[in-house]
Amino acid sequence: MGDGYRFVGKPIPRNDAGDIVTGKTKFLIDRKMVDMLYGKVKRSPYPHAIIKKVDKKKAFKLKGVKAVLTWEDVPDWKGGTPRYTRVLDRKVRFVGDAVALVAAETEEIAEEALDLIDVEYEILPAVFDMEEALKPDAPQLYEEFPGNIVTPGVPFFGPKSLKEVVMGDVEKGFAEADVITEGTFGYEGIPNPMPPEPPGAIALWEEPNKLTLWVSNQSPYMDKILLWHIMGRKVEIRTFGGPCGGSYGSKQMSWITQCHAALLSRATGRPVKLYMTKEEHLAAFVMRPASRMKARVGMKKDGTVTAIKGTWLIDTGYYSMTTQSQIAVGCGEVQIAVHCDNWDLRPVIVCTNRNASGIVRGFGGQELKCSLLPLISLAMEKLGLDPYEVLKKNFVKPGQGYFWRDGIWYVYRGIDYSKAMDEGAKAFGWKDKWKGWLIPTSINGTKRRGVGVGVHGNADIGEDASEAHVRLFRDGTAMLFSCLSEHGTGQTTNFLKMVAETLKLPLNRVSLSPPDSMVNPYEFGPAGSRGTYSIASAAIRAAEDALKRLFELGAQKLGVSPSDMDTEDGMLFSKHDPEKRIPWIAAMGPDRTVTGYGRFEPDYTLTNCMMTFVEVEVDVETGKVDLISVVNTSDAGKIVDPKGLEGQLNGCLGSAGIDTAIFEETVLDRRTGHILNANMIDYKWRTFSELPEIKNVILETPMESHRFHAVGIGEIATSPGPSAVLMAVSNALGTWIHEYPITPDKVLKALGKIKGGQKEKDRALELGGAR
Amino acid sequence: MEKKRKEGVRSGKKKKIKLSVNGIGYELEIGDKPGEVDYGHTLAHTLRETLNLTGTKVACDHGACGCCTVLMDGKAVLSCMTLTVECDGKNITTIEGLKDNKTGALDPIQQAFIEHSAFQCGYCTPGIIMSAKALLMENPSPSKEEIKEALSGNFCRCISNYQAIDAVITASNRGR
Ligand code: FES
Ligand code: FES
Repeated sequence: MGDGYRFVGKPIPRNDAGDIVTGKTKFLIDRKMVDMLYGKVKRSPYPHAIIKKVDKKKAFKLKGVKAVLTWEDVPDWKGGTPRYTRVLDRKVRFVGDAVALVAAETEEIAEEALDLIDVEYEILPAVFDMEEALKPDAPQLYEEFPGNIVTPGVPFFGPKSLKEVVMGDVEKGFAEADVITEGTFGYEGIPNPMPPEPPGAIALWEEPNKLTLWVSNQSPYMDKILLWHIMGRKVEIRTFGGPCGGSYGSKQMSWITQCHAALLSRATGRPVKLYMTKEEHLAAFVMRPASRMKARVGMKKDGTVTAIKGTWLIDTGYYSMTTQSQIAVGCGEVQIAVHCDNWDLRPVIVCTNRNASGIVRGFGGQELKCSLLPLISLAMEKLGLDPYEVLKKNFVKPGQGYFWRDGIWYVYRGIDYSKAMDEGAKAFGWKDKWKGWLIPTSINGTKRRGVGVGVHGNADIGEDASEAHVRLFRDGTAMLFSCLSEHGTGQTTNFLKMVAETLKLPLNRVSLSPPDSMVNPYEFGPAGSRGTYSIASAAIRAAEDALKRLFELGAQKLGVSPSDMDTEDGMLFSKHDPEKRIPWIAAMGPDRTVTGYGRFEPDYTLTNCMMTFVEVEVDVETGKVDLISVVNTSDAGKIVDPKGLEGQLNGCLGSAGIDTAIFEETVLDRRTGHILNANMIDYKWRTFSELPEIKNVILETPMESHRFHAVGIGEIATSPGPSAVLMAVSNALGTWIHEYPITPDKVLKALGKIKGGQKEKDRALELGGAR
Repeated sequence: MEKKRKEGVRSGKKKKIKLSVNGIGYELEIGDKPGEVDYGHTLAHTLRETLNLTGTKVACDHGACGCCTVLMDGKAVLSCMTLTVECDGKNITTIEGLKDNKTGALDPIQQAFIEHSAFQCGYCTPGIIMSAKALLMENPSPSKEEIKEALSGNFCRCISNYQAIDAVITASNRGR
C-alpha cells in the first residue's frame, strides 16, 4: 500500500513452509547420530525422600546397557536461582525427580533397565500448598531456603533487580480513594504449555571438557551460556539449534534434560539422545507458576487507582530457575497495565513438593494479571465503572513511567494505545454487550452470556542484547549470522525479509546461518516479544554496516563519494548519475567478502499492548463454560508478516492461554504429590470442533523502534484473556468467581447448586479428575 | 539357541511383513534386531525408526493427538496405535508420499497450507494434512463443519486450526 516495501508486510510464505508441509523438516526428535545411544531417567515415586541406597547391578547386567548413573557418580553441577539444585541429588523433591540415568543401545533396553534399578528411600513429609509451606513446622525442601522461601532477585538483572512494587504512600492513596475494596484471587491451575514435541537433547562429550549439544528451543545460544555456569565454568560448550516443535517459552530452559544427556555421553564416550515421553513432559517438566494474590485497592470515582497494597504468593514447585525473573518482569508489567502512584505489592516465592514452574508465554505478567485485574475490578464494580474505560485510562501513556526488571525507572516513549483499544471495542460490540457489573449480556433458558475484557503490556520487546553479522558475497547474495531456531513464529523468515529490504536484494538471495553457537555472535533469542524489535534491530544494523563498507568499495571504483552510493538487486550505482553502475562483484573483486556487525542494546522505554474482549456462555444447569467469541486488539507499529501474526494471535487460546480460565489445568493429587492427568487424554486441550470466533484488530501506527517501525506482540496474545473470561463468567452468573479454571464444579458451587470445600475436591480427585 | 533353531525349522525362515509405503514395497523380518519388526513395534515406530520416514510425528504416542496420522488403504489411521505386524499387505501413505512422484508437484492440500501459513511450529502439520487428505478423498466438497469434525482428533497447540480449516477449504475448492 505504497510503503515501498517489497517483503515487509507482504504475505510471503515462510522459507521453511515447503519443508514443513512435506515432512522434510527435521526436528531434534527426528535426528539420529552415528553410534548414538538412548538415555532414560528413573524417577522418584515419592514427593520428598532421601535416597538411602541404589543397587545398579541388575541393570548393568542387561545386554545393551552402557551406563547407569546416580548422584554419587556425577559432578556437582547445580542449577536454579540461586544455584542450589543439583542435576542429580541425594534428595528427591517431587514425584518425578531424577534418581538415576541410563544409557543403552536402544530406547527399549534403556526403559527396561530403569525397572532393574533398586532404590531404597527414606520417605520425608511433603508439602503441596504455599500457605502450608510457609508455616513454621512445614517440611523444608532446601537448607538454603529457610521457611521454603526462595531467595528473591535475579543477579542477571543487576544489583537492583526488581523484587516488589513499592512506591509512593499507600496510606495517603487510600485516604484519597472514593472506594476501597479487598479480596483474594488465585491462578493456581498450574497449566502446562504442552508443546507437541517433548523436551529432549542430544549430547556428545569429548574428553577432557568439550560438550556439543543439539537443542530444541528458541534460544540455542543461551544454552551454551547457562550450561557453562551450571557445569562449573569448566566445560567448553557448543550448541546447535534447529526447528523446534513448539516451546511457548517452556523449552527455553531444558537444562536438566541437557545435563542428563551430557552426563550419559560423558560416561560412555558416545552421543546420547534423551527425550522425555509425553507423560514425563507433563509430570516432570516445567509448568506455569501458581499464583495467589490478596490485596486492597483504592479507586476514585473517575477510575483513577489511588493505592494498591497486598501480597502475592507464587508457588514455584520444587525449585526455581526463572520464577524470580517472572516476578521481576511481572512487577514491571503491572505498572504498565495499571497506572497508580502508590504501591505496596510484595511477592513471596515459595517452594513446594511438586514439579517445578518455569517459563510460559505471559512470563509472570499473565499470572499477575489473572489476580490483579479481578482485584481492581472489585473497585470498578463498587463504583459502577465500565472496565474497558478504566483499563484504557490506566494503561501506560507516553511520558508516564515504570520501574522495570532492573529496578530502574524508565519513561515510556511509545504510543498511546487508546485508539487500538477503541477499535477493538467497536469490533467486539462492547458498548452493546456490556450491561453493567454482574449482569448477564443475555439469558436464554439455562444459558447465560457474559462479557469481559483484559489487558496486558510488556516492555520486554526491547529486552536483552542481540548481536548479528551480515556477510555480503560477490555474487550478490548475503547471509545473516544470528543464532536462531525456528520455533513457530515465522521470525527466522521475518528477519531475512528485513535484511533483504535493507540490502535491497531479492528475498531468495538472503539466507540464514546455521544455528551454531560457534559461528554466530551472542543472541538471547526470541524470548517474550523481543524478536521484532531487538533481534531485528541487530540484523538491520549489521546489514546497514555491511552496506556502508560495500558502498566505500563501490565509490572508489566509480569515482563518486560513498554517500552518493545506492544498491538494488546486487547492483551498485550513483544516486546522482544512475548510469554509473557496477555489480557487487566489480566492487568487491574476486577475493573478498564484506561483513557488517550489528548490536542491539536493551531498551525498556517501549512496550507492546494487548487488549482482549471475550464473550462466554455459561450453562447454569451443567456448569459448563463455552467461549463464544474473542477480539484481540493492539497496534504493532508495522505488521511484518500478516498471516504469521494472525496465527500467533489465534494462539491466545492454546499454550496455557485463555483456556487456562476454562478447562486447562494440571491436576495434582495433594495427598500423594502425583499428577493425575499427565497424558493428552486427561489433560484437556481445545479441539477443532470447539473453536470460538476470533477477530484480531491490529493497527499500524509507526513506532520509534527501528527502520520498519515495528514491535513484537505475538507472545502476549495468551495473557489478557484469562482474566477477561473470569470477568465474563462472573457477569454471566451474577456473582464473582475467584479461581481458575472455571470448571463446571466451580460454576455450580458459585450458584450454590453443589457444596464447595476440600472434601468435595478430594472426592472429585478420587473419581479420577477434578470435574 | 535351541529354541531359535526349532522356530526356524517350523517356518522355514523368519516371518516377514510385506507392506507398501508411499508406493515402495518393503519386506521386513520379524525379530528384535535393528532393522527388524518387533511384535510390539507400532507403525509410527517402524516408519520413523526403521524406515527413517520421520515426517510422521509422534507427540502423545497414545492415540490422543493425531500427530502420527497416516493413510492405510486410503483411510486415516493413528500410526502410534497401529502395530506394524497388523499392516501385512497394506498400503501406507505418509506425508512424504503426498507429492506427485512423477512431477514433484505438491498435493493441493500441501499447497494450500503454504499459502495460508496454516502452521506455526509445524509439528502437528503432517498429521493434520493426512487427516485432511483422507477427508477429501472421501468427501471432495466438505462443509466447514465436516472439516472441523474430520480434524477434531488433531491437536494443534499453536492454534493454527483456523488457518488449517481455510487451507482445506481452498484445497477442496480447487479439487472441484
Ligand atoms: S502420537 Fe499418535 S495420536 Fe498422538
Ligand atoms: S503448528 Fe504447532 S502445534 Fe500445530
